[in-house]
Amino acid sequence: MAGFLLRRLVNYVVLALVATFLAFTLASATFDPIGVLQQRNPPPPAASIEAKKRDLHLDQPIPQRFVTWMGGVVQGDFGRTITDRPITDELGRRIGVSLRLFLLGITLGILFGVLIGVVSAIRQYKFSDYFATLFSFILLSTPVLVLGNLLKIGAQSINDSIGSNVLIFVGETTPGFQGNWFEHLGDRLQHLILPTLAIALGQIAYYSRYQRSSMLDVLGSDFLRTAQAKGLTRRRALMKHGLRTALIPMATLFAFGFGLLVVGGTFTERIFTWYGMGDWLVTGISAQDTNITATVTLFVAVCVLLSGWLADVLYAALDPRIRVN
Amino acid sequence: MTSSEILFDSPADPVVEGPVLQVEDLHVSFPSEAGRVRAVRGLSYQVSPGEVLGIVGESGSGKSVSSLAVMGLLPESARISGSIKFQGRELIGRTDAELSKIRGRRIAMVFQDPLSALTPVYTVGDQIAEAILVHRGGAVSKQAANKRAVELLDLVGIPNAAERAKAFPHEFSGGMRQRAVIAMAIANDPDLIIADEPTTALDVTVQAQVLQLLETAQEVTGAGIVIITHDLGVVAGFADRLMVMYAGRAVETGKVDEIYQQPRMPYTLGLLGSIPRLDVGEKQALVPITGQPPSLTDLPPGCPFAPRCPMVVDACHTAEPPLIDVDGSPEHRAACIRTGEIAATDTEGAEAAAEIFGAEVVEEPEIAKVPREQRDIVLELDHVVKEYPVNKGVVFKRRVGTVHAVAGISFDIREGETLGLVGESGCGKTTTLMEILGLEKPMGGEISVLGTNVSSLDSKRRFEIRRDMSVVFQDPMASLDPRLTIHDVIAEPMQVHGYGKDEINRRVPELMRLVGLRPEQLSRYPGEFSGGQRQRIGIARALALEPKLVVLDEPVSALDVSIQAGVINLLEELKSKLGLAYLFVAHDLSVVRHIADRVAVMYLGKIIEIGEVDSVFDAPRHPYTQALLSAIPIPDPVKERQRERIILTGDLPSPANPPSGCRFRTRCFLHASLPPEQQRTCIELEPPREVQAPDHEAACHFAQIRQVL
Repeated sequence: MAGFLLRRLVNYVVLALVATFLAFTLASATFDPIGVLQQRNPPPPAASIEAKKRDLHLDQPIPQRFVTWMGGVVQGDFGRTITDRPITDELGRRIGVSLRLFLLGITLGILFGVLIGVVSAIRQYKFSDYFATLFSFILLSTPVLVLGNLLKIGAQSINDSIGSNVLIFVGETTPGFQGNWFEHLGDRLQHLILPTLAIALGQIAYYSRYQRSSMLDVLGSDFLRTAQAKGLTRRRALMKHGLRTALIPMATLFAFGFGLLVVGGTFTERIFTWYGMGDWLVTGISAQDTNITATVTLFVAVCVLLSGWLADVLYAALDPRIRVN
Repeated sequence: MTSSEILFDSPADPVVEGPVLQVEDLHVSFPSEAGRVRAVRGLSYQVSPGEVLGIVGESGSGKSVSSLAVMGLLPESARISGSIKFQGRELIGRTDAELSKIRGRRIAMVFQDPLSALTPVYTVGDQIAEAILVHRGGAVSKQAANKRAVELLDLVGIPNAAERAKAFPHEFSGGMRQRAVIAMAIANDPDLIIADEPTTALDVTVQAQVLQLLETAQEVTGAGIVIITHDLGVVAGFADRLMVMYAGRAVETGKVDEIYQQPRMPYTLGLLGSIPRLDVGEKQALVPITGQPPSLTDLPPGCPFAPRCPMVVDACHTAEPPLIDVDGSPEHRAACIRTGEIAATDTEGAEAAAEIFGAEVVEEPEIAKVPREQRDIVLELDHVVKEYPVNKGVVFKRRVGTVHAVAGISFDIREGETLGLVGESGCGKTTTLMEILGLEKPMGGEISVLGTNVSSLDSKRRFEIRRDMSVVFQDPMASLDPRLTIHDVIAEPMQVHGYGKDEINRRVPELMRLVGLRPEQLSRYPGEFSGGQRQRIGIARALALEPKLVVLDEPVSALDVSIQAGVINLLEELKSKLGLAYLFVAHDLSVVRHIADRVAVMYLGKIIEIGEVDSVFDAPRHPYTQALLSAIPIPDPVKERQRERIILTGDLPSPANPPSGCRFRTRCFLHASLPPEQQRTCIELEPPREVQAPDHEAACHFAQIRQVL
């Protein structure tokens, strides 16, 4: 088992390299950072443009640039941005911001998505099922862009009615906030609630649909009847035997959902002004910055591949039938 | 508390005198798009402590629904009324929480399909322990429950129980899983065990093991048993009393012997007459019950069996007959207004059925009069071999072994002859069939169709020869394209082989009539037909190209007994009329005895006995054939109780790693009884097929006749 997972891991390292190389090549070939520089008013002196070209290794062929950049990455140096700031310093902070947002959002999404899906399945064609179905479809068909702004408007009116700024929707912390650690925590929470909700709501809608159908498959199964015939109440049989089995097909969904969400949350980060990885990708592209773009791509690739790996581990843990001997 | 105390504890409640289970006027209905389905309509019965009640009926007769109602396991949409008293306490109207204290503790259930009855994600041991813990979690520790689970597995005959308890259900064979389910059922020493078709999905040898185990379970627990089945053979030797159900009601009840010997309701008569008998040598007339069970949404007034009954009179349509005492016996009751007339016939049981239903023995074909040696060979297999590689690894596949699915088999089928190919699942029957149908050069040995060796065929000849050979599949539901009309289904083989439009339009209605269907129905879709009718359509399609050989892969095993008889009769008529040869693959030896001229018994990819059907069945030489035959229950309570059953131990060994020498020796009772030097012969030498009698060969070093019927 361990050997199998290790082999998979090696495959993934190669895949991550390929993905990053492609992104780096594409970005290098299309971006024109010097052009941006020249359009400044007043235009910078020719000498500083030449210096910039050298700094960005634009005089080298693209593969060589990639090798140079990758050589740094291996040593923990992701290069510098166009504005000459070290990427490595910012990377850690931005990953932290994104993870804080998404770990909480997706955890809530999975918990409530599973819960609502299970209840919908057990109470199929009852009012609660129709209600959950309706709301899921509304949420699934609402772009995050709209949902985020609706949440903002809602939060504003709540704040107004309370008469104090409880729900804050700009940034991840109040700049220059003074207080002890406990007050800091409270401040961060105030900032966290709305964006987390924006992410969790969509996830709940998505997971609840899948959980509902996988639970429905299990509901008619013979082993559930056997469990009840043993003397388990219906509720206990449903939870211990039904849900446990119905979770197996969800494992892949959960794992990849997380991997893709970390960058898919670009809109959420922009709407609530969180400086995370999704935001950085947009910033990087608009600044025509190859290093930022390649760094974010590498991060995404690692996330997705780790998700795949996690899916394998989860699957093996959940389903004894596929455990590899 | 020690483990034996768990099994034999004194019940917490005082034992109530009288029946364990008393069902009075039970009604169950479900909503459906066509209206309310009245699945059970006024059912009453009782089970005394230690008594075995058999409930017999076709699918849809309400037998399973009524027992699920006892367990409180019907879906919420079911509407239940009447009374179900367990040890004097009313069960209807109890909450799920209340019922869950009785379920598994006092009433246990064994279900039909052992493959899906266990939760795939927990170990077998844990699932058995759970049955104990859920009722005595306070008194029994987890370790004690696990220990008890191992003891129970041992009790139900799982070898190496301590190790196997840690296995997951998918690592168990079907028979072993059913044993585990029975272990679960007896874990709390119940007072009533309901077994719903407990052996239907199992091989005959495993069926015999499971039935014996249920008897043991009853002895150990002293419980009353309700055994539900559609197979009148299964309950003949096991049940004390019988209840026959039709359209949601009991139509005949009584002691087992009375019902088998003096059935008084035409439906029971029909059921008894429709079963091919393993113990009857001469050709027997099978009773087909025409029509289908009625729809339970809007039953017309009168007897629900009237539309299918050969004895129907006008009075039958006025009111539904109640159960009345017959033959002056208070225990034997039947729901028919003409029971007196049935009692007045001279014949008894199946013979009376044949007389009343007007069933006749199908005539032998003309060609049967020609001696076998003088007829043409239609199909010949000579030491045919088929092996599959066993691969391991996900990324880098590597071969780790070989499954010897078919290990050199030889037989031939002559014109106008039926060869029955029998054996347990996994013995290589289906692989043999696929090899024949594929018309490709086999991995080893030779296959000849109508005198042509298939390895010499080019693609054009191969296409031509397919005309002479056709196939009927097991599952009539899955083998017809639901989006083609019946006309298109039957016409397709002719279109492929370039028949003209006019000829097709002439042939298709002809074929419909040939298989007993009305040509007016040609524009309908398969979904509008019943299982028996669909199988007839499948047969019509197989006959479209006027083949010489029809390969039948379990053609009747998916059908209800009353329908099965009609299809068997049809196959016999067609064979006689068209001079067909059949290769009939089946696991039901009774059907094979009835329809086949010769039989070949397969075990682990080899034919271990082959020959003329009466010779093989009446004087089997190979211990495996003897065990197989003795495992099959006979629908005759008197005979059944006297029979001595040879119970094979364990399951089929893996064909990837067959035993050396004689492949059967690991399960052979004869081998076990031999002195060591003779045992060595079995271990070292593979027994050759030797002639035992005219047209009768067996592959056993120590072959001897043993009568088992």
